[in-house]
Amino acid sequence: MEKIMVAVKRVVDYNVRVRVKPDGSGVVTDGVKMSINPFDEIALEEALRIRERGDAAEVIVVSIGSSECQQQLRTGLAMGADRAILVETGQPVEPLAAARVLLKLIEREGVELVILGKQAIDDDNSQTGQMLAALWERPQATFASEIKFADGKATVTREVDAGLEVIEVDLPAVVTTDLRLNEPRYVKLPDIMKAKKKPLDTIAITDLDVTTDAQFKVTNFAPPEQRQKGVMVEDVAGLVKALKDKGLV
Amino acid sequence: MSRILIVAEHDGNSLNAATAKTVSCAADFGVEGIDVVVFAADGAAIAEQAARLTGVTRVIRVDHSANAQPLAAVLAPQVAALAADYSHVLGPSTTFGKDLMPRVAALLGVGQLSDIMDVQSAYTFRRPIYAGNAIITVEAPEDRTLVATVRVASYQAAAEEGAAEIESRDLDVALPEHTRFKEVRGGSSDRPDLQTAPRVVSGGRALGSSENFELIFGFADSIGAAVGASRAAVDAGYVPNELQVGQTGKIIAPELYIAVGISGAIQHLTGIKDAGTIVAINKDGEAPIFEVADIGLVGDLFQVIPELQSALN
Ligand SMILES: Cc1cc2nc3c(=O)[nH]c(=O)nc-3n(C[C@H](O)[C@H](O)[C@H](O)COP(=O)(O)OP(=O)(O)OC[C@H]3O[C@@H](n4cnc5c(N)ncnc54)[C@H](O)[C@@H]3O)c2cc1C
Ligand SMILES: Cc1cc2nc3c(=O)[nH]c(=O)nc-3n(C[C@H](O)[C@H](O)[C@H](O)COP(=O)(O)OP(=O)(O)OC[C@H]3O[C@@H](n4cnc5c(N)ncnc54)[C@H](O)[C@@H]3O)c2cc1C
Repeated sequence: MEKIMVAVKRVVDYNVRVRVKPDGSGVVTDGVKMSINPFDEIALEEALRIRERGDAAEVIVVSIGSSECQQQLRTGLAMGADRAILVETGQPVEPLAAARVLLKLIEREGVELVILGKQAIDDDNSQTGQMLAALWERPQATFASEIKFADGKATVTREVDAGLEVIEVDLPAVVTTDLRLNEPRYVKLPDIMKAKKKPLDTIAITDLDVTTDAQFKVTNFAPPEQRQKGVMVEDVAGLVKALKDKGLV
Repeated sequence: MSRILIVAEHDGNSLNAATAKTVSCAADFGVEGIDVVVFAADGAAIAEQAARLTGVTRVIRVDHSANAQPLAAVLAPQVAALAADYSHVLGPSTTFGKDLMPRVAALLGVGQLSDIMDVQSAYTFRRPIYAGNAIITVEAPEDRTLVATVRVASYQAAAEEGAAEIESRDLDVALPEHTRFKEVRGGSSDRPDLQTAPRVVSGGRALGSSENFELIFGFADSIGAAVGASRAAVDAGYVPNELQVGQTGKIIAPELYIAVGISGAIQHLTGIKDAGTIVAINKDGEAPIFEVADIGLVGDLFQVIPELQSALN
């Protein structure tokens, strides 16, 4: 295949313990470390491996968001993507709007495979890939832990509640990644230098002629309920007693 | 017209408990009716189960050979065709529902709401974000169909005291052929189901090997518990992926959760927030799991578990 597109989202790093602002207006993001959504790193790694084994010619990384997303796109280029596109907007983008934007780019570029993360670890929606596949009227293979290609088809193993499900999809198709698909490579310093010369195009979201207005309104952010402080027991006998006291054994 | 359509999840033979929990959530919306749709090759038995769920007004049975397996690309246009008669379309927030519902929403040209944990009105909900580190209140527009998934760990299963009518329906919808089911592996186990079991014992990286993990299986069997695992244990290949508990695994709410050799990373804790009692066994007294545990024991699991097993039997 000619081109693979990978969507990467800029999110709060997974090591950061996210806190809600006291006034309930959002979560604290000032000065917090931002990274590529971990599932999207896996998506990019998979695309690079497909290209490296000669099954694709070009890997394009795309992000939708503020100009700061350039950092994550540069990381993507340093990992090995050939070029990057930033669709710039200062507004929050709901999954349906993100899917519409990605579809525009697919049509412009003539992409045959789109790989996304199965969920973004900030909003945890797990929607964008499925919506994109619906709008594009193409197959979706979500929660992938293995992808193989042959004769214009992909055979994808999916992590589902019952275990592992295998489906076959015709290309073009949308794939979303689960954690066990691969282990993303580390970026080396020379790659970061090289990435600075790779093309990164910016398109204003308003130039794409898609409807992106938000449908849902978030009226409040609250911290989760805290569990009551528990007890420490000294030994197995203490544990058995505590369980009996609660009527659990 | 305010009616809810719920897409039933099943394994081809019987209804999944997630559906009964979704019905409980739907009961909080205060709408005129709750219908359940069963897509299957032959959905007779499943439809009868759904009809018994308290709160369900009607069961729609759509039998078609293409519905033998739950492929989102095949089911979504059928759900979308039915949606015109409903104000809300709900599915469980399982891998089945997460795969299907966004595709339904996009076909209808609307957004989708994920993981409803609390219904404040038919258009106002609470849901977790950032692995449960924040809970947001979200308002959905009333002028279009609301498509959403339900965080099943937040709800009890609906009772089985109903007797809804069952209606068979043929849908005149073109079904795509670009997606084909091959096989499903795993899942066949005589042990209690991780997502519904009242007791769960989970093991972490500390087990060190799949042979050692037998210790967890043996202990769990001795108290009739289901077995879970941390991501680290799954990644290391000690147990299969369907046992993973957490942000990217299963979100569960057993009465008793025993975490053995699990550090308590935030992504793991997300999966057990609603457990009744959390017991932690870890040799490191500083492990974050003790911050959420109701009962904590600092000790070496290889000594503690055999001792505990014999003390309880
Ligand atoms: C300032 C601000 C305010 C916000 N306010 C709201 C609000 O009021 N209501 C609300 O619902 N949401 C709000 N959001 C969140 C925003 O709308 C979410 O990004 C959106 O809901 C997408 O959800 P998700 O990332 O969980 O999607 P998922 O479907 O979980 O993402 C899956 C995959 O899609 C791809 N993807 C998703 N988004 C992008 C992107 N932007 N660029 C590239 N790839 C992407 C990635 O590959 C990702 O792994 C706000 C965000 C910001 C920054
Ligand atoms: C995007 C993302 C999603 C994730 N999703 C999930 C998820 O869904 N579920 C999940 O579980 N994780 C998830 N993780 C991984 C998570 O961050 C942790 O890495 C993982 O949970 C650690 O597993 P663990 O507790 O088994 O291992 P460790 O953190 O290595 O902990 C092992 C513990 O065992 C104790 N120990 C060692 N030997 C003994 C002994 N002999 N007796 C008693 N105790 C002992 C140690 O003190 C330690 O606390 C995710 C991570 C990312 C980045």
